[in-house]
Amino acid sequence: MLSGESLKKIDTEVAKYPADQKQSAVMAALALAQEEKGHLSTEVMDFVAGYLGMAPVAVYEVASFYTMYDLAPVGGHKLCVCTNLPCALSGAVEAAEHLKKKLGIDWNETTPDGRFTLKQGECFGACGDAPVVLVNNKKMASFMTPEAIDKMLAELQK
Amino acid sequence: MTAMLKLDVDGRAVEVPQGATVMDAATRLGIFVPHFCYHKKLSIAANCRMCLVQVEKAPKPMPACATPAAEGMKVWTQSEQAKQAQNSVMEFLLINHPLDCPICDQGGECQLQDLAVGYGKGQSRYAEEKRVVLHKSVGPLVSMEEMSRCIHCTRCVRFGQEIAGVMELGMMGRGEHSEIVTFVGRSVDSELSGNMIDICPVGALTSKPFRYSARTWELSRRKSVSPHDGLGANLVVQVKHNRVMRVLPLENEQVNECWISDKDRFSYEGLNSEERLTKPMLREGSGWREVEWQEALEHVAKRLGAIRSRHGAEQIGALASPHATLEEMALLAKLARGLGSENVDFRLRQADFSIDAKRAGAPWLGMKIAELGALDRVLVAGSFLRKDHPLIANRLRQAAKRGQQVSLIHVAGDDPLIALANKAVCAPAALPDLLAQVLRAAAEARGKPVPALAAGANAGAAAKAIAASLASGTNTGLFLGNAVQQHPRAARLHALAQALADILGARFGYLGEAANSVGGYLARCTPAERGLNARAMLESPRRAYLLLGVEPELDCGNPRAATNAMRAAEFVVAMSAFRSRAIDYAHVLLPTAPYTETSGTFVSTEGRMQSFNGVVRPLEDARPGWKVLRVLGNLLELAGFDYDTSEQVRDEACAPDAVATRLDNRVTGVESGLEAEPAPQSSAAMQRIADVPIYFADPIVRRAASLQQTRDARTPMASMHPALAARIGVAAGAKVRVRQEGGEAVLELACDEGLPADCVRIAAGHPATAALGAMYGEITSVERA
Repeated sequence: MLSGESLKKIDTEVAKYPADQKQSAVMAALALAQEEKGHLSTEVMDFVAGYLGMAPVAVYEVASFYTMYDLAPVGGHKLCVCTNLPCALSGAVEAAEHLKKKLGIDWNETTPDGRFTLKQGECFGACGDAPVVLVNNKKMASFMTPEAIDKMLAELQK
Repeated sequence: MTAMLKLDVDGRAVEVPQGATVMDAATRLGIFVPHFCYHKKLSIAANCRMCLVQVEKAPKPMPACATPAAEGMKVWTQSEQAKQAQNSVMEFLLINHPLDCPICDQGGECQLQDLAVGYGKGQSRYAEEKRVVLHKSVGPLVSMEEMSRCIHCTRCVRFGQEIAGVMELGMMGRGEHSEIVTFVGRSVDSELSGNMIDICPVGALTSKPFRYSARTWELSRRKSVSPHDGLGANLVVQVKHNRVMRVLPLENEQVNECWISDKDRFSYEGLNSEERLTKPMLREGSGWREVEWQEALEHVAKRLGAIRSRHGAEQIGALASPHATLEEMALLAKLARGLGSENVDFRLRQADFSIDAKRAGAPWLGMKIAELGALDRVLVAGSFLRKDHPLIANRLRQAAKRGQQVSLIHVAGDDPLIALANKAVCAPAALPDLLAQVLRAAAEARGKPVPALAAGANAGAAAKAIAASLASGTNTGLFLGNAVQQHPRAARLHALAQALADILGARFGYLGEAANSVGGYLARCTPAERGLNARAMLESPRRAYLLLGVEPELDCGNPRAATNAMRAAEFVVAMSAFRSRAIDYAHVLLPTAPYTETSGTFVSTEGRMQSFNGVVRPLEDARPGWKVLRVLGNLLELAGFDYDTSEQVRDEACAPDAVATRLDNRVTGVESGLEAEPAPQSSAAMQRIADVPIYFADPIVRRAASLQQTRDARTPMASMHPALAARIGVAAGAKVRVRQEGGEAVLELACDEGLPADCVRIAAGHPATAALGAMYGEITSVERA
């Protein structure tokens, strides 16, 4: 299911925990699996469950809890807008509306050209930087006013 | 003795042990703290927040279920602060909860509804849209149709993880998007799943078979006892209009705790099945005629009398179901003996009876069920533990988490969902040798002489590991499961287990197969000398058979021999609650009442004698079996058939206070006949492994419609190790023709790496395999169909 390289990386993660607590590595394993496969399909989650000796539904709980995990294919750039209270009070609603209008998609949708996917995120722990957008699960974009969003989109579209 | 903590709850002093919670302290005082997610048998989640209480010096309300009690603590469960917190939590819980109590199946027995009366407001302040959670389909037993009602207490999730041993439900998403789901549309298949319905504090998980058929306040609640496995689970049978509407557990910490298996819970559907036999019937030519009881019983008496005088009483055989009541078995045995026949038995699936005359008493668990948890070492031999004894498996599962080492010796690799210390799987024929290996290794580990029985054994690594685990214990239990009891060399296995118990100073016993596996012995429903046992009665056919609740083609260890014997008999009387295949070969059908319609007694595997009353009137012309047998005894003019009550029958068979004196697993003089034997040679022949799937085990459950749609009730397959499948040249999923003892069955082939080599696992107790022979016999051939 997963490449030998990914499995090796997962094994490294597993080794960080006591032998009878392999399941502690589930978050890292899912992240590595997603890196390889692009998203976490049912089969991938099932495989990770078997690999770590967990119940498949327990893996599903983790995979569905965090917005960084994608249970369905996403576009080339995944934009995750924090819509929790501090961000919402500081312009996240406008930022989201602006993004939706610019991209022509709603939450959890991908642009027809497959370049952008828009998602709602939960608090990224950077309320002082509100509104916050997480780009491709890795890069945090702060103070996302409509102008900043336009600039970001232009850059990503290059 | 751990130190006790003194604290104050609502101004009253209470002492609790170290580690207890505020909830425990309140419970001890009889103070009720409202709660949803807290359940005494589950881990603490503290996620519903309903049990918030005020604690002195704490800056904010604390959850009683998760707050450890401390010395000198002062708690108020009904102070202004506590009440305000509880009321606020209730308001939050009701924000998204639909106001559909009038159409909710849980209405009237809903914890949320009850507590909302005490802690909720008359009217909601929430005017926005409520969230909607889509329904899920998780199988035929548990309904998840109205998941908007869920308050995310996660009791069902924790039940699966902790009690059932398999996490089938989980909470997906987070925050407002949380939902209870299975893994991407899978079903809930645990044999304990129905308990999730009980512990769900709202109407999110409801009983699919029961839904919308009655309101809780319309039902009368009557106590009863499970007629299925050897546990003897205590039941509350709920009745409306003389019909059993549902079955719930009656809490008994000594027996079933607060759980029951799905078989106990949902088998009641069989009681109301279309196949119920409701009128006595006589065969007439090729058809059947409904008759009055008098005519039917007179006919039976006349024919039995005729067969006795023409061919001798030993031509009459009497077979009782091990699920029949003690009273029924006692009277059937008395009737047969009154006629002069000693051919009476209830051990239908047993194959080896060679220790019958050597038994010191009735075989039983050897200890109380409640004592299982206190053992530190356990060996279970030959048991499909989860499916044969769901709640005994649960006792061991919980104990294993606390450090009990459980070892399993078995003929299949089925996962008992217990954290096993050791596991060894071997072919049925190799089972005695494997047990002998353990015996030998245990004797060596304990520095004791190796018993002659094990002299030829050569202990392998698996046996040594099991023996090392057992020998290191101080409180050990050895248990022989159904597969040992049904094994063709059960006597040898018994002798080995007894010797092992002697060496270890352990207690040993049987995991009783059926509700009355102990009761049958107490009722003397077993042949004395010169009588024929269940197997002999079928292998050397009799001219007449009395069947009590038996479906020979499904209930007997060798269905083929049983069917042939029935077909060849001159006269077969089937006393049964159901119209069965007896229609093909019986001459008289007598409708007897199932456990809900008769008084009676089951003696559980721990020797607990539990008498019960009928909860409904017998259906139409069905009558309690003990009354039918009593009248039959009178018509045959046999002495001692003048009973007024079933209690008289019971007390004559075995008074309740005499049970303990009659239980004894020991057999004497068995070693002399069993010499040490060399390790078995591998042969080319294929052996059959036959489990009795949980929902095929007795006539009632076979007719329980919803249970029959579960995964456990799939049509049996021919399972084998992939290597054997490759040798036969058939792939998994293809149909194969299996031949055994001249009979054949066409089954789907399945591969199972957990099975021993050269064995074919084919379940018993199902029409699809009823043409085959002995459960643990040799398979003649398996080929592509």
